[in-house]
Amino acid sequence: MNVIANKWIGQRTIRPDGADKVTGRACYAADNTMPGMIWGKVLRSPHAHALIRSIDTSKAEKLPGVKAVVTAKDLVEFPVDKPVPLGIQDMRWMSRNIMAREKALFHGHPIAAVAAINEEVAAEACKLIEVDYEVLPHAIEIEDAIKPHAPILHDFVRFEGKPSNIAGTMVNKVGDVEAGFAEADIVIERTFTTRPVHQGYIEPQACTVSCTADGKVTIWSSSQGQFMVRAMTSFLTGITQSNIRAIPAEIGGGFGAKTIIYLEPLATVLAKKSGRPVKMVMTREEVMRATGPTSGSRSTVKIGAKKDGTLVAAQGTFYLQAGALPGSPLRGPVGCSFSPYYIPNILSTGYDVVSNRSKVAAYRAPGAPLGAFAAECVIDEICEKLGLDPLEFRLKNSSKEGQKAVYGATFGKITFEETVEAALKHPHYKAPLDKNPRPGVKRGRGVASGFWFNAGGESSAQVNITEDGNVAVTTGHPDVGGSRASIANVTAELLGIDHSRISVLIGDTASIGFSNLTGGSRVTFASAIVVTQSTEKVIGQLKERAARIWKIDPDAVTWENGEARPAGPNAGKFPPLSLEDLAAKANEMGGPIGAGTQLNTTGADPGFATHIVDVEVDVDLAIVRVLRYSAVQDVGRALHPSYVEGQIQGGVVQGIGWALSEEYLFDKQGKLENAGFLDYRMPVCSDVPMIEPVMLEIPNPKHPQGVRGVGEAPIVPVLAAITNAVHDALGKRFCDLPLSPPRVSAALDAAAE
Amino acid sequence: MTETRYLAAQTLDEAIGAYAAAAGAARILAGGTDLLVQMRSGVLRPGLIIDVKKIEEMTAIVPKADGGYWVGAAVSGAVLAEHKGFAATWPGVLEATNLIGSKQVQGRASIGGNLCNASPAADSVPALVAAGAVASIQGPHGRRELAVEHLPAGPGRTHLKPGEVLVGFTFPAHPKGSGDAYLRMIPRTEMDIAVVGLGVNLTLAGGKVTAARVGLGAVAPTVLLVEDAAKALIGSSLDERALDAAAAACRAACKPINDKRGTIEYRTKVAGVLLKRTALIAAERAGRK
Repeated sequence: MNVIANKWIGQRTIRPDGADKVTGRACYAADNTMPGMIWGKVLRSPHAHALIRSIDTSKAEKLPGVKAVVTAKDLVEFPVDKPVPLGIQDMRWMSRNIMAREKALFHGHPIAAVAAINEEVAAEACKLIEVDYEVLPHAIEIEDAIKPHAPILHDFVRFEGKPSNIAGTMVNKVGDVEAGFAEADIVIERTFTTRPVHQGYIEPQACTVSCTADGKVTIWSSSQGQFMVRAMTSFLTGITQSNIRAIPAEIGGGFGAKTIIYLEPLATVLAKKSGRPVKMVMTREEVMRATGPTSGSRSTVKIGAKKDGTLVAAQGTFYLQAGALPGSPLRGPVGCSFSPYYIPNILSTGYDVVSNRSKVAAYRAPGAPLGAFAAECVIDEICEKLGLDPLEFRLKNSSKEGQKAVYGATFGKITFEETVEAALKHPHYKAPLDKNPRPGVKRGRGVASGFWFNAGGESSAQVNITEDGNVAVTTGHPDVGGSRASIANVTAELLGIDHSRISVLIGDTASIGFSNLTGGSRVTFASAIVVTQSTEKVIGQLKERAARIWKIDPDAVTWENGEARPAGPNAGKFPPLSLEDLAAKANEMGGPIGAGTQLNTTGADPGFATHIVDVEVDVDLAIVRVLRYSAVQDVGRALHPSYVEGQIQGGVVQGIGWALSEEYLFDKQGKLENAGFLDYRMPVCSDVPMIEPVMLEIPNPKHPQGVRGVGEAPIVPVLAAITNAVHDALGKRFCDLPLSPPRVSAALDAAAE
Repeated sequence: MTETRYLAAQTLDEAIGAYAAAAGAARILAGGTDLLVQMRSGVLRPGLIIDVKKIEEMTAIVPKADGGYWVGAAVSGAVLAEHKGFAATWPGVLEATNLIGSKQVQGRASIGGNLCNASPAADSVPALVAAGAVASIQGPHGRRELAVEHLPAGPGRTHLKPGEVLVGFTFPAHPKGSGDAYLRMIPRTEMDIAVVGLGVNLTLAGGKVTAARVGLGAVAPTVLLVEDAAKALIGSSLDERALDAAAAACRAACKPINDKRGTIEYRTKVAGVLLKRTALIAAERAGRK
């Protein structure tokens, strides 16, 4: 069912959580307090790589005010030889990530945790814990971790029969890539690197956990999924899920990183041991050192084309930093890099490289931007060499319905071409660009495209009619990007009532059915489906009640404009019954009105984006600034356009940071040197122009409102688009990000010599 | 767990008495934009904080008969910007001061604090050095004056003696035909810390530079007064050759390090680029046609 005549869908309604957020009333994880609450702190490794010979917590335990101390022995131990999957995570690695066992694997790796009457005592107690380390040589960068005789992080990791830091591989293949290159008139191969970048959410991880005498655990925390919090805490502490209730707080950004947890299991065990509610809040420094970031990468991409621009073969080899434990997002670069294009021969290989930095966490389209960076820069170079317009080239080579993607799916109706056509027609692409506006200043324009899988998955919703005839909607996923606002629009549209009569809430794990993570660009897609089905059931009940009151057949009742009306032969015989009328009579007519839906949703077709960017370079200082940015994307249907635009603009800004200024920098001892927002340079407002989101609304036929996931595709093309624009400005191709002033300056000086 | 006491000193004598008596356990609080951050991050835990914002001399801006200015060490950047006379005379000092942090920070942060925090990358300091500002210091043994460039001793260290407090700055008279300017290189557009900062103060007569001072920051353990750059400018009409020579002098003065904020090569190159750009802005302000 596609809703055509929209009253609420597509409106920029006031978001349900808006007033609380702008007035500072919204309750984030760190805002929670409880009577009798104590504070937990984590002792972290001062070494990038060390054997832990022993941990003596006795002095810390004796410090007045200390209520509990935990180490890895208080958590469930999973043998390394048997996978323990939970979603895309493996609890073998997650348990070792939240608390070091035999080895400290990165600077900042948790070694022990303390709960005490206040933060100061807890911090003091951490200093009293005696850890006997045997410091080992470490490897952080990919080339250091994969070279011969590199320090090996895990004895159990083997690659080609030998101890190695390559913990896994992924291969996607179609056709015969060698035969493909043999047919090509032009083949270009380049190697690219990107640095680890952090998700950069404003709200540090925080939680409060209470454990009652009868073993019931309640967790208040901010995450991208309260059900993930419950399940992971259950695995890592051994407490059954029925004894854990996870209550989601408002979330101050996640961008993928809050799809895993760090503190909740520690606070749970501390609460259990001490009998007191335990609160833990990370500092920004802890966030930077020990959560996320995404992978640094080293990618070699080789692409072959015919003289007329027909792509014939592509090969990608992607090495990704996993951090201390296996699990980098290989699927991103391996599956996405070439998927906008029809290429008959593709070989795409990913290597998961462990190294002595914090374990990677998901980051917006995990892995896809770094793969697209490599592929889209090579495509730009091919277009330049062949003298072809880069957008016309993309149009010529675009993937089409019925073709098999390298990652295995057969494409349905996809809309990549539409994004390229819209970019070609956009005034930005036609606008003249003065490439030498002032002495010492150069300008350039670049384009790039991107692909993201998008996801459906499990979602639950409950729609209840209140006794006074209003509506309460409960869904099961944290609202990171405006999902409550979108759901309110959908419900108002379907019920035909004023938007202000609907309240949308996020349920906790005990009050709503299982719902998968807020991630994978899935929440608006999936929750709109379950809310639509629930609302349709409610409308069915309302019609049935009206039929009973009128003593006519339910099929002879229609629901229009928020009221039941007799239809067919009975039309006009009875005055309509409003939602309030029916709610008032609910109990005499069979009881409360409400319905829920729990579903594994499908039909989330992939997302495509095509971007155009103009940059300006101050040549002497080698500073790159973004002048104009247009981001075209098929969004299916924008239920609430403001938050769709917000997703596109946010994705682009994060990509700009990745391309120009953000990077993890480690010292010789393997300690992160820029563990704060001063020297970890995320763009500030004045660094970015107003980013123009160009939303194409081509309804997804598999969704009741036509929704397509939008959150991740907009970060995918950015790195390449900017790098291609810098090439246009300076005539030089850069292969290593970020394009920071010292790096650009060194390249320009080298070229001048 | 030591406690931190807070004293809002009403007079300079009270502040100096308490500061000297605390024998190193006290810290001076002006804007607090460095001190409080250091305390929160656990770097510092002073036994006593002495707030100097109630001391009149330290918060006053006083034009002097000879055309110079007294500026108290605790005057915030935002208050300094509201003083029309000072703003018209020392636009370079003002623009440097009001590049520190954000608008909110500028409402608190003082040039005295910026100097005493002794970061080589402090934004206001190269402009103060170029201006020829003189620091007025009072301690248990009386008052002394020290050129601003001589106050920092290295990153986080000053030549203030135990118990000494920086009271304020004397700015010399700015003769007709003078202008000053400050530029810094930061990778972002704001909310960042200087990779290189450079202040120029010069006087023109008949199209020729008759006096010049150049202050250079973030390229050595302390902010530098680059006398060779000034010499290259003096007597010139700021022609290409003079600017090249002054830029070369700035590059030669650099003793930078490779760190998370920039490389040796990059910082050295930028010092020269900024000299040329800053000198031309200062000259324009000095009335160069």
